[in-house]
Amino acid sequence: MATTPSSPADVSAALSAFGYIPDDGLSTSVFLAMSLQRPLLLEGEAGVGKTEVAKVLSRWTGGELIRLQCYEGIDVSQAVYDWDYSRQLLHLRASEATGESLGLTTSALEQQLYNERFLLKRALLQAIDHRNELPPVLLIDEVDRADDEFEAYLLEVLSEYAVTVPELGRFAAIRPPLVILTSNRTRDVHDALKRRCLYHWVEHPEFEREVRIVRMRVPQALDRLARQVAGAVETLRTLNLYKPPGVAETIDWAQALSALGVSDLDERTVAATLGTVLKYREDQERTRQHGLTDLVQQAFVRAATPM
Amino acid sequence: MSPTLAAHTPAERMAVAFARLLRGAGLKVPLGSVLTFVDALGRVGIDGRDGVYWAGRATLVRNPEDIPLYDRSFAVFWTHAQTLLDEQAVETLNLTLAIDDDSDEGSDDPGSSDADDECGPEITLRFSAVEVLRHKDFAEYTSDELQLAQQLMAQLRFIGPPRRSFRQHRSPRGRRPDLQATLRAALRTGGEPINRQWREPGDRLRRLVLLLDVSGSMEPYARAMLRFVHAAVSGRQRVEAFAIGTRLTRVTRELNSRDPDKALTEASTRVHDWSGGTRLGECIRVFNDQWGVRGMARGAIVVVLSDGWDRGDPVELGRQMERLQRIAYHTIWVNPLKVTPGYAPLARGMAAALPYVDDFVEGHSLASLQELAAVIATDISRHPRGRA
Repeated sequence: MATTPSSPADVSAALSAFGYIPDDGLSTSVFLAMSLQRPLLLEGEAGVGKTEVAKVLSRWTGGELIRLQCYEGIDVSQAVYDWDYSRQLLHLRASEATGESLGLTTSALEQQLYNERFLLKRALLQAIDHRNELPPVLLIDEVDRADDEFEAYLLEVLSEYAVTVPELGRFAAIRPPLVILTSNRTRDVHDALKRRCLYHWVEHPEFEREVRIVRMRVPQALDRLARQVAGAVETLRTLNLYKPPGVAETIDWAQALSALGVSDLDERTVAATLGTVLKYREDQERTRQHGLTDLVQQAFVRAATPM
Repeated sequence: MSPTLAAHTPAERMAVAFARLLRGAGLKVPLGSVLTFVDALGRVGIDGRDGVYWAGRATLVRNPEDIPLYDRSFAVFWTHAQTLLDEQAVETLNLTLAIDDDSDEGSDDPGSSDADDECGPEITLRFSAVEVLRHKDFAEYTSDELQLAQQLMAQLRFIGPPRRSFRQHRSPRGRRPDLQATLRAALRTGGEPINRQWREPGDRLRRLVLLLDVSGSMEPYARAMLRFVHAAVSGRQRVEAFAIGTRLTRVTRELNSRDPDKALTEASTRVHDWSGGTRLGECIRVFNDQWGVRGMARGAIVVVLSDGWDRGDPVELGRQMERLQRIAYHTIWVNPLKVTPGYAPLARGMAAALPYVDDFVEGHSLASLQELAAVIATDISRHPRGRA
């Protein structure tokens, strides 16, 4: 049975149970995407957990996760379907060798070749033509990296949930997949595609939510460490860095610190582990200029604020 | 107005009213989105503020820049919607009032654009005028001359150097086997792949990114340059344009419309800081952070049009230009003041930026824009970067 939540609160509870703590906006968007059967476009900074949403949805609904990583130059043969040419050629040779092809007309031969068994289904066709009870979760990752031509094709697939293979006919989804698109905004996704989708801009989580995320993802970290790390990251995000740390970095950092057996932040461990949160030399320098002692102090103050 | 509202369920009334208010505030709300919004309201209900708010966010907003506008409109709307839903009888007038309340935001009427005469043949007729114009400084142009210049600029359609694309196409001289085509051909020869087919990667034009200073010190040149930007945009596929002043404003979409004059009016209404001072370093930092480094400027040709007068910290400008040059394919700085006799890049910002600029050109006249077009078209692999 396909999962059909009855309210955004349902979605929020379910996602939390499966390891993702959403805010109100995200759970409403996901709820609407599921109940209106619309694709959901998630945009936001790198590392705020856009891709993770699809993974968690797959775990929750039990639908298979089908991922299409977009890149420049991606085309139908890589995203939708392709023919298995080497097997087709072999088949031709084999039918010639056995003499089978002698009695066949070209069109009969062609029909043999353009048969579903020589069809390689790529992510989009897989998601449309799934044969499972549960609709799959289709993740179209970093759609902004694909070129406009591909976007136009995508629009067609997403509005009909159907794909046409000229040699075979039309594949239409019986149970449409749950579609999540992500974009880092390296360029604007075309308006028509956006209109087809529901839209959610994913923000960095606020302090308490981030603490909960760290606790959930890094259970071995002590509570007070989780609060301090979230507090320090919150400060880092205000420093005008080239790449402000995302949730992914917060989790990495907490993991690194707890692996080192740290129970409280201090200047020395921060200096030693700064590379897990800040990936630019300039950002690390700027943070040192801000002062690691200050950073730790601010983190302690923030950690001590009651909920 | 009333027929659209002679409706229906409370959710529909709410959706239509709110969509109108958003449109009044300057947001683009297509009908399809309103219908989706109605559906969404049907699912989340219309009683909870949060539910309605997020349902609208998911269905009516498509850019993070629009979120603040949406938030303000929603706040206005919600107070009115409450009273509206209390008194069951619908008064369409109430809704119109709600829209007027927000008029401080929605005062951007598109303006009248009357000058759209086709200009192809006229250029030859006024040839002599053109010759004079070619070397005249933009600052000394009359508005008529600017009009004519614009027609000339429309001819400056240049092609930047291409780069190798990942997409392959069929080619007899290619090096990679094209199995699909080979198989098709084999069918014709009884299944024997006698004629083999090949493919090779194609070429793709690089993205052209234009950062255009629109501050007071550049005012005389800004319009002319915007027109040049527009000529470039309508001549090529992948162009991104930004206005820089006290803050960064993206004008790509405005310039993408086919009518240049209308686009210009739109762009200048959006660039609030038309005559303020420039904060070059700050703006380029924002560009780097929000657009450039993420991918827009990678492998792109970046053209900065500015005189280099920066109210901000020149060190910051240098740092940001360094960052920009590291990811861009070709960085070009256009400075109209370069032509002034005795000019040396004295503006502190200019001096700080110069080490990170591959080409430094003038931009004060039509002839110099032509030169710029040529620079943009250079293949930089045959033109070693002149970094100091």
